[in-house]
Amino acid sequence: MTRRILIVDDELNIVTSLDFLLKSEGHEVATAHNGGEALQQAATFRPHLVVLDVMLPVIDGFEVCRRLRADPSQRSLKILILTARGRAAERERGHAEGADVYMTKPFATRDLVARVRELLRCDEPGNA
Amino acid sequence: MLTGSVIVLASFIYVGLLFAIAYYGDKRADAGRSIIANPYIYALSLAVYCTSWTFYGSVGRAATSGIGFLPIYLGPTLTAMLWGYVLLKMVRISKANRITSIADFVASRYGKSQLLGGLVTVIAVIGIVPYISLQLKAVSNSFSIILKYPAIATPDNEAMIPLLADNTFYIALLLAIFTILFGTRHLDASERHEGLVAAIAFESVVKLFAFIAVGVYVTYVLYDGFADIFSSAIEYPQLVKLLDFGGTSVDYASWASLTFLSMLAILFLPRQFQIAVVENVDERHLKKAVWLFPLYLLAINIFVLPITFAGLMHFPAGNVDADTFVLNLPIAQQQSLLTLIVFIGGLSAATGMVIVETIALSTMVCNNLVMPVLLRLNVLHLHERADLSTLIVGIRRGAIIGVIMLGYAYFRLAGEAYALVSIGLISFAAVAQFAPAILGGMFWKGATRRGAICGLLTGFAVWTYTLLLPSFAKSGWLPIEFVEHGLFGMTLLKPLELFGLGGLDDITHCLFWSMFCNIGAFIAVSLVTTPSFAEQVQAALFVDAHSAPRPQRAESLRGDASVNELMTLVGRFLGQRRARVAFAAYAQKRGTRSARELKPDADLIHFAETLLAGAIGAGSARVVVASIVQEEPLGIDKVMNILDETSQALAHSRELEQKSRELEIATEELRSANQRLQELDRLKDDFVSTVTHELRTPLTSIRAFSEILQDNPALELTQREKFLGIITRESERLTRLINQVLDLAKIESGNAEWRTADIDVREVIEDALSSTSQLFSDNGITLELRLPDALPRISADRDRLMQVMLNLLSNAAKYCHNNGGQVIVTGALTPDGLRVDVADNGAGISADDQHVIFEKFRQVGDTLTQKPHGTGLGLPICRQIVQHFGGRLWVESTPGRGATFSFVLPLGSRAGNETAAARKFGT
Repeated sequence: MTRRILIVDDELNIVTSLDFLLKSEGHEVATAHNGGEALQQAATFRPHLVVLDVMLPVIDGFEVCRRLRADPSQRSLKILILTARGRAAERERGHAEGADVYMTKPFATRDLVARVRELLRCDEPGNA
Repeated sequence: MLTGSVIVLASFIYVGLLFAIAYYGDKRADAGRSIIANPYIYALSLAVYCTSWTFYGSVGRAATSGIGFLPIYLGPTLTAMLWGYVLLKMVRISKANRITSIADFVASRYGKSQLLGGLVTVIAVIGIVPYISLQLKAVSNSFSIILKYPAIATPDNEAMIPLLADNTFYIALLLAIFTILFGTRHLDASERHEGLVAAIAFESVVKLFAFIAVGVYVTYVLYDGFADIFSSAIEYPQLVKLLDFGGTSVDYASWASLTFLSMLAILFLPRQFQIAVVENVDERHLKKAVWLFPLYLLAINIFVLPITFAGLMHFPAGNVDADTFVLNLPIAQQQSLLTLIVFIGGLSAATGMVIVETIALSTMVCNNLVMPVLLRLNVLHLHERADLSTLIVGIRRGAIIGVIMLGYAYFRLAGEAYALVSIGLISFAAVAQFAPAILGGMFWKGATRRGAICGLLTGFAVWTYTLLLPSFAKSGWLPIEFVEHGLFGMTLLKPLELFGLGGLDDITHCLFWSMFCNIGAFIAVSLVTTPSFAEQVQAALFVDAHSAPRPQRAESLRGDASVNELMTLVGRFLGQRRARVAFAAYAQKRGTRSARELKPDADLIHFAETLLAGAIGAGSARVVVASIVQEEPLGIDKVMNILDETSQALAHSRELEQKSRELEIATEELRSANQRLQELDRLKDDFVSTVTHELRTPLTSIRAFSEILQDNPALELTQREKFLGIITRESERLTRLINQVLDLAKIESGNAEWRTADIDVREVIEDALSSTSQLFSDNGITLELRLPDALPRISADRDRLMQVMLNLLSNAAKYCHNNGGQVIVTGALTPDGLRVDVADNGAGISADDQHVIFEKFRQVGDTLTQKPHGTGLGLPICRQIVQHFGGRLWVESTPGRGATFSFVLPLGSRAGNETAAARKFGT
């Protein structure tokens, strides 16, 4: 089942790898390289899932997360934070801002794919 | 007829009468029925102030300065108004402390200081000797005049007469013997002489009677009353002048200074202190003396002007010394009885002064000068002598003879140069020096021993220089040059015009400077010194004498000396019999039957000390008593420790405050050090977390693509190669990052290896350009090099300098606009050293960012959609390298118009010196 996924990261190579992985899963993928771009894409592209980095220029990932969660039109949106920041406090912050999954870099590709599947499957009944 | 034998006989009869009175007075005192215990005797005895100087000298002074003779009597009259307070306080203090002389008074006030006692004694002796010589001069003059009766004579120049043919010498000897008989018949603890006081009071009657007798004779027999004399005098223009200030030598300044001087003299002349304070039997007598004494002064002065005018009119030729008018007027009228009366009056004025003054001085010399020295000289074994009273009496007798003979010596040396009144004023000015220390000590607790010593010393020194030495010089005893031209020829040091202060008479001039220095030193030194505990106790006793009539004797020695020991000790100085009597009286007062039953407590020890103080002075008494109390287990050290407790507690508290302040400062230092550490810790954490993040980023790509390649073996070749390319580049990035982090860490910790050598900068720059030229041409950027012909070699690490150049060039290429970009490298020699600029025409760097870019992991360009490739460590490392060579690296930029990175390297290598500094500021 095809879903729209937005990838947000300022590292071009990471975006490339995620793009390949998620397209291989059969999803439709859009990309953004900073927080502002991410919010813009979210509004137009209407993704089912956002894979979100934290250390972003202009608006950081946590802030993007909060704003997306504050938007009533994005109620069914799933958010997966993928970041190099792995401290417990940061993990908690991510969940507090409304992330569904918090993963740290470097990541195992199979893990990531599995979590994405998981998130999108949960999503299915609500969407049907 | 008045023959020599008649005169001598009359004199001896007179002296015999005095003895009889003194003897009677002593007997009555011993019997407990004092004849001097009434205010009239007290007031009359105070009139010892009026000496032969008054008797003969007033007329002498009036003859030249008219009413200028008056200040000497106005001063005491003014002071008398203050007696009810000042003198009363002195009397109370002296009685409470058994003070026997003015030296004792000063010593006692300042912690029973023997040094001060000695100092006051020396000043008093030196200051009073001229005064005593004045009395000798008066007696000898009057004697030589009356011998020639009925001829009118002017005294011979006595200094020319050989010693043994000199009447004055025998008069001096007789006076000495007389004084010894009066003053040292026995040794009394209280140092009071009732018989003597009675005799002095009688003498005051005699001199007043004699003076009034001649006055009445002149006024009412020679003339027809006051009106007649004054109306006759008005016909002589030179006499009219004497009736007011105009035309006389007395101006307002000297009038004021003489009044002030005599105000002090009536309090501080040793003989006045002796009579007014020491010999006072009842402080209530002061109340009547306050008006009786001025009345006496008025009485003895009423006839001064009539006698003066009569004398001047009778001896108009000026060949008769005005000082002798009192005697020569009756002689001229052949009034033999009156002449004899006047002579006896003058004799009584002189003897009264000499006796009391000499007794007072001899007490001071014995108690404050000789005894302290003897007690210190252990060779005499004074502590072991059974009876010292004979020794003490001997010392006093010696002192009496010594003082009178000093007076005689001064008379021989300087006596002829001065009129009576001038000599007297020299003494007045000397005793005035006691005023600051005594009055200050009585009313100001802050006055200290050192302050008193400094004040007395400076005042006395000024007095000596401005008054005593000039008097010697005028007598020809010293060269006159220093008076006329100043010491060492310095005009400012002229003794009579010190520091250019002219226009004053000698006395006023001396009084001004000596008081100025004395009071100044006394107050200044007192303010900067701290009084000892003993001083503080005595200061309280003196200053609070009025409010606390029975003061706490906190200072008295406490110990377990036995009653016997104390009695024996006192007996050694006073005689055993007197000691037993005194102790028995004390026992009776304390309610015990005999002295044996007395408790040897602090009160008894204090009693013994005060008994001894009367005989040998307060300072010596303390030392002597302490010597036996000290041997007890509860010795003086311990006592003093207890007494010092307060001051120690004060000191401790001060120390604690100091410590507490130091602790607060240390705490503050620790707090800020801790803050700095926390800050450093936070910076380190930030650095580590940033480094970790920066490492994770390439690692993430490498792992992701590795797994993708692994899981997708059927990938297209082009895609496969693309992913492998990414893995390779990200691995390189990771390597570079790790290298740079390690590099920076090494530089910052000072562990980096530097291969410093003389290098050619031109070569380094050219190499850097050629190795990056490909990068520039690929991006369409033009690169220009501007170097002067000659660049000096500098001392640096070639590879490191290369690293800096490459970093700056690659940054320039990175941030320059592709196609149309331009980079200019310039080298130049500046006063600071070798300067290299790398200028681009890219986007530029905002002012805020210009600082940021030299921080680690901060790259400008984050705002761009795409993150620039770089580690964020290049510029921080470059800066560290340049700083290591003693140079600096900075950027200048206007946003939109490119940026110029510049560095300067000093020509002489200072790498070694700069390493530490770089390390310090590098973080």
